Amino acid sequence: MTTILNEGDSAGTTGAAQGSPVDAAPDPDKGTSRGRLVLRRFVRNKAALVCLALIVVLYFLAFCYPLFTQWTYDQQDYTSFLVPPGGTHWFGTDKIGTDMFAQVMRGLQKSLTIGLLVGIISTSFAALVGTTAGYFLGWTDRSLMWIVDLLLTLPSFLIIAICSPAFRGKTWLIFVGLLAVFQWMITARIVRGMTLTLKEREFVKAAKFMGQPARRIIFKHILPNMASLLIIDATINVGSAVLAETSLSFFGFGVQPPDVSLGTLISDGTESTLTYPWLFFIPAGFLVLFVLSVNFAGDGLRDALDPSSTKGRRKESKRKALGELRKAKFDVQTERRGMPAPQGEGKHR
Amino acid sequence: MTAADTLFEPAGGSSDVGPVLEVSDLAVSFPSESGRVQAVRGLSYQVSPGEVLGIVGESGSGKSVSSLAVMGLLPSQARISGSIKFQGRELIGLSDDQLSKIRGRKISMVFQDPLSALTPVYTVGDQIAEGLLVHGKGRVTKQAAAKRSVELLDLVGIPNAAERAKAFPHEFSGGMRQRAVIALAIANDPDLIIADEPTTALDVTVQAQVLEVLKTAQEVTGAGIVIITHDLGVVAGFADRLMVMYAGKAVETGHVDEVYQRPRMPYTLGLLGSIPRVDADEKQPLVPIEGQPPSLVDLPQGCPFAPRCPMAVDACLTDEPPLSEVDNSGDHYAACIRSDELGAVEVQADEASVAAAVDVAAEVFGVEVIGEPEVARIPRDQRTVVLDVRDMVKEYPVTKGVVFKRRIGTVHAVDGITFDIREGETLGVVGESGCGKTTTLMEILGLEKPMRGEISVLGQNVSALNGRSRKAVRRDMQVVFQDPMASLDPRMPIGDVIAEPMQVHGIDKEQIAKRIPELLKLVGLRREHADRYPAEFSGGQRQRIGIARALALEPKLVVLDEPVSALDVSIQAGVINLLDELKAKLGLSYLFVAHDLSVVRHIADRVAVMYLGKIVEIGDVDSVFSSPQHPYTQALLSAIPIPDPIKERARERIILTGDLPSPANPPSGCRFRTRCFLHASLPPEKQSKCIEVEPPRAVQAPDHEAACHYAEPRQVV
Amino acid sequence: MTGFLLRRLVNYVVLALVATFLAFTLASVTFDPIGVLQQRNPPPPAATIDAKRHDLHLDQPIPERFVTWMGGVVKGDFGQTIANRPITEELGRRAGVSLRLFLLGITLGITLGVLLGVISAIRQYKFSDYFATIFSFVVLSTPVFVIATLLKTGAQSINNSIGSNVLLFTGETTPGFSGSWGAALVDRLQHMIVPTLTIVLSQVAYYSRYQRSAMLDVLGSDFLRTAQAKGLTRRKALFKHGLRTALIPMATLFAFGFGLLIVGGTFTERIFSWFGMGDWLITGIQNQDTNITATVTLFIAVCVLVSGWLADVLYAALDPRIRI
Repeated sequence: MTTILNEGDSAGTTGAAQGSPVDAAPDPDKGTSRGRLVLRRFVRNKAALVCLALIVVLYFLAFCYPLFTQWTYDQQDYTSFLVPPGGTHWFGTDKIGTDMFAQVMRGLQKSLTIGLLVGIISTSFAALVGTTAGYFLGWTDRSLMWIVDLLLTLPSFLIIAICSPAFRGKTWLIFVGLLAVFQWMITARIVRGMTLTLKEREFVKAAKFMGQPARRIIFKHILPNMASLLIIDATINVGSAVLAETSLSFFGFGVQPPDVSLGTLISDGTESTLTYPWLFFIPAGFLVLFVLSVNFAGDGLRDALDPSSTKGRRKESKRKALGELRKAKFDVQTERRGMPAPQGEGKHR
Repeated sequence: MTAADTLFEPAGGSSDVGPVLEVSDLAVSFPSESGRVQAVRGLSYQVSPGEVLGIVGESGSGKSVSSLAVMGLLPSQARISGSIKFQGRELIGLSDDQLSKIRGRKISMVFQDPLSALTPVYTVGDQIAEGLLVHGKGRVTKQAAAKRSVELLDLVGIPNAAERAKAFPHEFSGGMRQRAVIALAIANDPDLIIADEPTTALDVTVQAQVLEVLKTAQEVTGAGIVIITHDLGVVAGFADRLMVMYAGKAVETGHVDEVYQRPRMPYTLGLLGSIPRVDADEKQPLVPIEGQPPSLVDLPQGCPFAPRCPMAVDACLTDEPPLSEVDNSGDHYAACIRSDELGAVEVQADEASVAAAVDVAAEVFGVEVIGEPEVARIPRDQRTVVLDVRDMVKEYPVTKGVVFKRRIGTVHAVDGITFDIREGETLGVVGESGCGKTTTLMEILGLEKPMRGEISVLGQNVSALNGRSRKAVRRDMQVVFQDPMASLDPRMPIGDVIAEPMQVHGIDKEQIAKRIPELLKLVGLRREHADRYPAEFSGGQRQRIGIARALALEPKLVVLDEPVSALDVSIQAGVINLLDELKAKLGLSYLFVAHDLSVVRHIADRVAVMYLGKIVEIGDVDSVFSSPQHPYTQALLSAIPIPDPIKERARERIILTGDLPSPANPPSGCRFRTRCFLHASLPPEKQSKCIEVEPPRAVQAPDHEAACHYAEPRQVV
Repeated sequence: MTGFLLRRLVNYVVLALVATFLAFTLASVTFDPIGVLQQRNPPPPAATIDAKRHDLHLDQPIPERFVTWMGGVVKGDFGQTIANRPITEELGRRAGVSLRLFLLGITLGITLGVLLGVISAIRQYKFSDYFATIFSFVVLSTPVFVIATLLKTGAQSINNSIGSNVLLFTGETTPGFSGSWGAALVDRLQHMIVPTLTIVLSQVAYYSRYQRSAMLDVLGSDFLRTAQAKGLTRRKALFKHGLRTALIPMATLFAFGFGLLIVGGTFTERIFSWFGMGDWLITGIQNQDTNITATVTLFIAVCVLVSGWLADVLYAALDPRIRI
């Protein structure tokens, strides 16, 4: 216990004096602001940029597809059953003659809408819970984190599947709610960890000592300072929500007919991968393309925001500037197990 | 030293073998966001066998990079050119395999941060033994290596070495870990030891211990040492020769006495003048070096120091001056075209000494003397009490368990301290890490009822405060933090940062808008800076912004938590001068918490020395520094290096033994007795008083109290 | 140390119990087995329905039902399915199927994942790193059912091109297979490859990403520099000091990889017709069978409990800093 105390103390007084091989001094006159720097790094990351563009295009397609096709997703063309892609049926038709392009786009629309809503809801909720737990600590923290632990113990897949009979025949918004309820925990953990760090930062203390109430400190200083993390996590949560949605829909536990989502389409297509491959590969391709783009863009954002992982400086050993985000994730995972984090978080308690 | 004799070959060797290390025209560059960083730009130096070379420079001067280049430990994307010859053998271009045979055996290194320098998952003994085994394949057995690693740990002063060798790094304190790293460095009797800021991360008393160990290491191995530091004090008594680096180049080299007494490069001169000194008799204003070190990405033409140099002339901007010999001395080189003129100024001083050099610095850099606030003329006891702390106690429970926490002990962070601050006065609170100074400060800033004792701010007892009156008190008491990077919200333009306290206290918008430019001007910034973000400012400027924020509400008391410890010396001086000036101008009172006694000596009127949650000595700063009464104060003061080689070599240093005891389990009676040299020298019947009775604070001289049964003054600086 | 592990164990057991209770309650609330029964054609007589209701304890309040069920569980009786088949009998067989799949998948997945992560960290921004990164991203962005279907299709194509069924993807063994001991083993292996690969792929992708980032953190560390400074070659320092330290955070990930494994396992079992616990869960939910669902939940919770606790033990073994 004492060694930890001492460590914390001395580390605190030397933190800023740490050198790295290139301890280049900040350049006040020509200094690029952090925002511009991040933008520049992100733009340089071609793959991430392409992915971001793809996400935009996919959303556009999903919502504006009726402009491009005469078919609708629930309309059947009795003249063409199981025709391969081509002609007026760009993606072919299925066994009852529904146009696959319209179906896939409609499914994409549903999946993306669900993903976006779940991403936003779960990340906001996570931000709320995480900052509350991290800022107030004590019993608030312990009870909130116990709930997190509990929800993490069971795969969300299972619970939502169990609940599925309840929302069968009701609005899909219940499904969105359920997905969101099981998506916020990891982000909340990370947010809590970052709150703990930010809380010790001097500008937060300064605000406290000048008389700012806790609520205002959270909204004015803590949340804005993890905005980047929240954006990244929201992005990644959209991806995982889409994956969760399709997985559940695959078994019929998610989006219910006559509505379609990428999951139900893929599920319908699995039996015909060799015979009518377009029924499977086209919706599956769109799904993978979207989730992959989301993940790459999220990763690109994280890299751009992470001072240590820029390509210009590659392997440079800048221990102290180690990606806060990456580290936060690890600390969180460590901490989630209820163990002391490797660097000793003892001082916060 | 008997252990050492059996461990190492006799030191020395013939002096005509030539230099151990010969670096010529070394250049290192790295890719970075904004372009290639020219971290080292043509550096040449030599180290003879057994010689100690001090390399001094501020952050970004390339001092660490050049030493990593010698070790061959630069990251792979670094581009290196020039030559590094070790005992005549060229190192640049050697493969990792070839280098690894030299590293650790012929050249070894001590790193800056002892906390992270050892692998957390292996025992300390194993890590030292590994260094022996890797170079003694087949010749050294595991048992022999283990035995020798214990001997080495013993040599560097680790008590119970055989036991402690089995401990993991996290069970060692910072100072102990640095000793272990030194043991590792000398394990194979190297010919060259590179120590990169070996004491920067340590407390002063531990720094003194580690420097002593380094000296021992040098004696037993006879190795040449390169010691890299930013602190002119650390090398003054240790180095034979000195090299000052600026912007990736050597700007002055020479024998250590020469460079300190007759600096011929304005930068060196400025550095000397900017250091607050613990041995200063009277308050002398510090020399601030204006501006910032240049960016190493694309350096402008000419002398890189020219933009900050008070002596710069047009010729300085055209060519970069080479390192050239001074006064045909044969040994002293400076890179300045006006170094002769500087020499001429210096000659006017009666005799060469560091003090004279500092005077020259003050003259060259044009420093104004800062006055005292008007209230200071009123006798102290007639002035208003701004802050009054009585018997304050703060304890933390030590708990175990996740769900149901149970208390297994108590950390006595602050254990009954009493002091007051009067109007227009600065009280410095000093002590090493873990002494409770930060806790004291946080307790005062928290404005909550203390566990025991009383805190009154401007006559208001904090335990009687309610929400509204607490807010009113906050208005009169503001804080400046240590870390200029962390103390400003990076997402807010500094105008908003400064406005925040005024908004909290409900000042109307127009008035705020009017006040911001005033405040910026007050701290030496420009009004157009208000729209910029903190990231666009340098450390010193950010600290000024922090000060402006603290002054926004025109407080009576400003609490300063290590406000300059994160800054480079040349920048630090400017901030200290600003604080001095503001105090005189606005009649402020400061509570100044610091670990650096020289800074406190410079800025404070009174000083309180803390040890393990107690104030052991308090009083007028001159009285405490010139005749310290408590043995801890004496040790602390004697541990501080003075940037004057002659004084430093002549000084007798009190080296404290051991580490700080755990505040969860402090020693009985006098808390300092376990490390006290005075206690150790007492006869047993006198010692028992230290063990049984806690010494009360007793008046030793006018405005000077100390808590020691056997207090007696002793001059240490 | 022992105290710590014991406390963790108690914590996990409580979590597992609460989780099972929640699953049981949720299932009891949302499932409507009687409704399913009533929709049969012709509708069963009211007496049958009432008898069923009583059999399934639907006339009791939910907490009581849970206590009844749990009481049975403690005695080794997991109740009956809606179709009146005892669960306990099937449980052993199904758990065996799942555990075979899980254990092989996780062992291979972790080993290969750690290896891939280390290689990609050491060779950062080289071809192998880019390859590993893209591989992991693609795998992690593809739902298991798509991977499984793709692998199945791929196996089918391979079989078609070879002209004989080398890779089998339906069930664990060929139904009615009879042959020597060796031939039986080959048959099992043939059935095992594709499903195991499905599990291993996502595990490798998951662990390699984290191992890569843990290793990168260590690569810049001061202690690695110290190890080199004392004369270790970079390679040796990387493995002896770097990898050893970078494995610590992986221990904690182990428990989380398990969640992924279970979901992955469910799809794998379903798609490749392995009648394991995952398959049973889907059947249970589709039949609105509370007892099956609760049993599978308990099984999963126990698996998570064991893996979580193992992670704790592993962590304590790897990191001397927490050996209290």
